[in-house]
Amino acid sequence: MKLSKTVTGRIVVGFTAFCAFSAVAAVAWIMGTIIWGGHSHISWAFLSQAPTEGMTEGGIFPAIFGTFLLVVIMSLVGVPVGTITAIYLSEYVNRESKLAQIIRFAVNTLSGIPAIVFGLFGLGFFIQFTGKNLDRVFSPDALHWAQPNILWASLTMALLTLPVVIVSVEEAIKTVPRELREASLALGATRWQTIRRVVLPGSLGGILTGAILAVSRGAGEVAPILFTGAAYFLPQLPTHFSDQFMELGYHVFIMTTQSTDVEKTLPIQYATTLVLLALTFTLNFSAIALRARLRRRRMAA
Amino acid sequence: MNEPTKISKLTVRNLNLHYGSKHALHDVGLDMGANRVTALIGPSGCGKSTFLRTLNRMNDLIENVRISGEIKVDGQDIYADGIDTVDLRKRVGMIFQKSNPFPKSIYENVAYGPRIHGLKDKAEMDALVEKSLRRAALWDEVKDELQKSAFSLSGGQQQRLCIARALAVGPEVLLMDEPASALDPIATAKIEELIYELKERYTIVIVTHNMQQAARVSDDTAFFYMGRLVEFDATEKIFTSPKNKQTEDYITGRFG
Repeated sequence: MKLSKTVTGRIVVGFTAFCAFSAVAAVAWIMGTIIWGGHSHISWAFLSQAPTEGMTEGGIFPAIFGTFLLVVIMSLVGVPVGTITAIYLSEYVNRESKLAQIIRFAVNTLSGIPAIVFGLFGLGFFIQFTGKNLDRVFSPDALHWAQPNILWASLTMALLTLPVVIVSVEEAIKTVPRELREASLALGATRWQTIRRVVLPGSLGGILTGAILAVSRGAGEVAPILFTGAAYFLPQLPTHFSDQFMELGYHVFIMTTQSTDVEKTLPIQYATTLVLLALTFTLNFSAIALRARLRRRRMAA
Repeated sequence: MNEPTKISKLTVRNLNLHYGSKHALHDVGLDMGANRVTALIGPSGCGKSTFLRTLNRMNDLIENVRISGEIKVDGQDIYADGIDTVDLRKRVGMIFQKSNPFPKSIYENVAYGPRIHGLKDKAEMDALVEKSLRRAALWDEVKDELQKSAFSLSGGQQQRLCIARALAVGPEVLLMDEPASALDPIATAKIEELIYELKERYTIVIVTHNMQQAARVSDDTAFFYMGRLVEFDATEKIFTSPKNKQTEDYITGRFG
């Protein structure tokens, strides 16, 4: 009896350890393969030049630039809208009210919608509806806004990452002690002054976390930009909201499925994937470091 | 029940308060004298803190609270239509049970109120911060480290900082909700001394659990029990010859 218990115990420990280890193994395998296959191809020229020879040679700078621009525009729209929504939900609406429940249900539903559906929505709403109507009013003779571009792609991506921002900011707002709000209100501050001077500074870490999560999610998704703005190959960088752009994830997809010579471009694919990972990691890491610094400063202040 | 000789700063009549279906305050009527310290005593849950928070309308922030009756500050009904809670709370300041400085510097904590009310001039602000800290008997301890975090102060100093912060907006009344309950005896003594000094300029209403404290700092004492005002009189009378049996039982420690 005693022995069998020990044996069972060992099996359980072994099995759980195996499961836990498989996660580590998967990460190690993925990272290992990508670094192994891509590192030798990374060079300053690869990072700073455009693709050449029908994308079988040259670099990936336009895709890096496009990805960066995409997440920046996305954040500039998504983070404020998400933050304001979170403020509204936690400060201005009764938590148990019907209205709050409807908004929260919508946010949860939004986060459950597959990325490709966002892509289709972007195509339908931004390009076919908004873009077409803009063109009808401002440039009846030319196609300007009713086609894929970086603005529509960024807005679609902002919509996709909105729930992440809302949830993260709302959590942060909840951690601001009630005593601090009361202190502010008791000094004759209005609700808005209290939010601006006490609640938001206290939630800065959460807003940044939301932005981090949104950026890392946004930089990794390809489906939402398929129809809304990403381009196969462009000779120039985007300079206007109505320009299309190249993007790292999309570039990997194109290289693996549409390339004229898949075998020849394998090192480029590996290296592009490595850059995509490095970019998201760097973004995440710098934002986490910033957040840690803010938190320290808040403790010290 | 009320001594007619003193000038009352706050007058409360027929005050009833409901939290949802709970009737938390029953028909409370009370006059709090100008430049006097009125202590509110009673067992936990008797409604004394709830009552205190009606005086600057902090209960407005809680959902499902219904209030009826009349509360006047200098004869002006603070629940009347068109009363601005911002103005009211400038006149009626509040000190909380747990000191709650903002995560800012000592200076910025005191400057918070005046700043939101529009004071921009640096020299004027400096003077106001100093005056407020002096009145809260904290200036000498912190004058060389105004830019340090408020959290670097001891518990008692933090509470005096909160008092200075409240004074900086120029109130006439100070509501104190067990301001010394989290402090050690020495820090408590300092707060009590301060209350004694402050009543020269301000009208003070203080909630306390500590009978000795009520006896030491207050001029008048109101005893609350189960949402009702049981007895209100000069502190001396309440503590030496209470008219009500419940009051006597409570202050002699037989319950509560």
